[in-house]
Amino acid sequence: MSLIEIRDLHATVDGKEILKGIDLTIEAGEVHAIMGPNGSGKSTLSYVLAGRDGYEVTSGQVLFDGEDLLEMEADERARSGLFLAFQYPVEIPGVATTTFLKTAVNAVREHRGEGALDAMQFLKFVREKAGALNINDDMLRRALNVGFSGGEKKRNEVLQMAVLEPKFAVLDETDSGLDIDALKIVADGVNALRGAERGMLVITHYQRLLDYIVPDHVHILAGGKIIQSGDKTLALELEEKGYASFVGAEAA
Amino acid sequence: MAQPVPFLEDFDAVLPGAGTGWLDRLRADAQEAFRKSGLPTPRIEAWKYTNLRRLARTGFVAAEANQTTEVTTVPEGIVALEDAYVAVFVNGRFAPSLSSLDGLSEGVEATSLAAKFSAGPTSLEGQFSDVTDLPMATLNTGLLSDGLYLKLDDGVALDKPLHLVSIGTAGEEPVSFHPRHLIVAGAGSVATIVESHVGSGAYFSNSVSEVSVGDGAVLNHYKLQNEGPEAYHLAANLVRIAERAVYDNFVLQVGGSLARNEIRSELGERVECRLNGAYLACGEQHIDNTTFIDHAAPNSSSREVYKGVLDENARGVFQGKILVRQDSQKTDGHQLNKTLLLSPGTEIDTKPELEIYADDVKCSHGATTGELEEELLFYLRARGIDPQTARGMLVAAYVGEALDEIQAEAPRAAFQAVVDDWLESRSERQG
Repeated sequence: MSLIEIRDLHATVDGKEILKGIDLTIEAGEVHAIMGPNGSGKSTLSYVLAGRDGYEVTSGQVLFDGEDLLEMEADERARSGLFLAFQYPVEIPGVATTTFLKTAVNAVREHRGEGALDAMQFLKFVREKAGALNINDDMLRRALNVGFSGGEKKRNEVLQMAVLEPKFAVLDETDSGLDIDALKIVADGVNALRGAERGMLVITHYQRLLDYIVPDHVHILAGGKIIQSGDKTLALELEEKGYASFVGAEAA
Repeated sequence: MAQPVPFLEDFDAVLPGAGTGWLDRLRADAQEAFRKSGLPTPRIEAWKYTNLRRLARTGFVAAEANQTTEVTTVPEGIVALEDAYVAVFVNGRFAPSLSSLDGLSEGVEATSLAAKFSAGPTSLEGQFSDVTDLPMATLNTGLLSDGLYLKLDDGVALDKPLHLVSIGTAGEEPVSFHPRHLIVAGAGSVATIVESHVGSGAYFSNSVSEVSVGDGAVLNHYKLQNEGPEAYHLAANLVRIAERAVYDNFVLQVGGSLARNEIRSELGERVECRLNGAYLACGEQHIDNTTFIDHAAPNSSSREVYKGVLDENARGVFQGKILVRQDSQKTDGHQLNKTLLLSPGTEIDTKPELEIYADDVKCSHGATTGELEEELLFYLRARGIDPQTARGMLVAAYVGEALDEIQAEAPRAAFQAVVDDWLESRSERQG
């Protein structure tokens, strides 16, 4: 059984069809990258997988560990082990980062039958993970993402992934807005989470991120469809030739 | 034939201090004025959004004439303060057996107004403000009988908060009472006063609090309105803040069927005045916060943040006026009212008003109304948090921003606990 199996997925936003038949299968232990120009449907795919309201699936199927993902609510998906690292993490004034993390971690743990962590256990657990991402106690105390720099927000996303320990993670343009140092920290954090049990889908516009998070497979998304798939060399080829040649080839 | 006047018709109780010339005149004049004005109606601008029609129809009996219900313990729902002096009032009457005012330091007088009247009413002559433009406060003056009398001598620091607990209680018959509280903080004094208003049954609390903050004094004044579900609560707070004084006020309204807290504050020079609050309402509750900040002298600052959460069919009213008089240069006045509407049956009427006659001032006001942001909810849900918990977190965070305005730590934590309880009972209702 594959970790995730997307079959002929069509989805609309505000009545407009954005995804026009996506087929994609990811096995546990694999990292796939989806590259595509602006407007190709990259973010729509990530939101459809995460279950955001307003992203309507009109046909197709997504099996997650053999279960019908599209039947689940967004929070059920997350508790079942799906994780979306947001391109634009929101700021939530008045909710301390630690409080948020603890609520999320315990929701997921209880779902797995692992029992909730108490305040002390949680603090020890989160500090261990945060240290590796250069996230200090001060950041954890602050309101969620409020006043965080772009890099801090992205590191916070990776921290959330680290503490929630998902089976399948979608990283939506996690490289956007990062300088090279921040990119390295984020990539190291992501790489540390690679494992035989876990699958990842890295969505990006640029090849740059894939120098640090090296994928097993690369897909090119254009016009709501995957138009070409290959190994990591496809990303380099794309970088060299530009999207136009691929998208043009499809159109021709 | 004349319509019967509510509250004054058939009122034959003998009020404390009766027979004292000035007091008799004060009451008689106020009664006369109220007979003329009657209960305020929505035709009066200040009462446009809060209609007392239901209150007028209820047929309250004066608590003085109805002493059948006895209260032997302080009910739950008051602000949970570990260590405080406590002055308890039952249906507006001081209840010494429930109070604990022992150990007050030298220079602090805390007693009941009725006791003051009995001991020698002359000491209070001239201490009551003219409230003729406030009909309900005028009624209060007309039936002036009891309340808290607190006086801090110059330079005195109260070592722990004074907790004023008002308990309303009614059996079969709805009762009304009109407590009058006098708080005089001398020059350079420091104190924290916390009020809790609770109760059960159909009662109407029509209180007036007069607060005088002396030169350079620091007064924290925090109020919880957590009245019973059938209760009416109308409160007028008249606050005079003298030069260089700091007044930190916070009002949390969660209870009552219909409640209005009105604050009128008059600011001297170089004063820091903070009027903040929160209101949480559900069911058919109607909660009104009306404030007036009179920048009567230069170089003062006022800050006002009121945040509300309305659910089901609740209705909220916020009326906030800031007046900056011509000579009040260098005034710094900021006002903000935000309301979160959790269901389509709710309504908020918000009326911010700035009236500025000085030319060198910094003033702002803002009012927003909205629902929980879908984007924030989705973010929390995408981390495995169920929608009910996620909503609860966002609402708590929303109100938390207002609670953060409370300067004293222990009361802030105690008020936070009240908000947490409210949120919990809300999610239980929905669960």
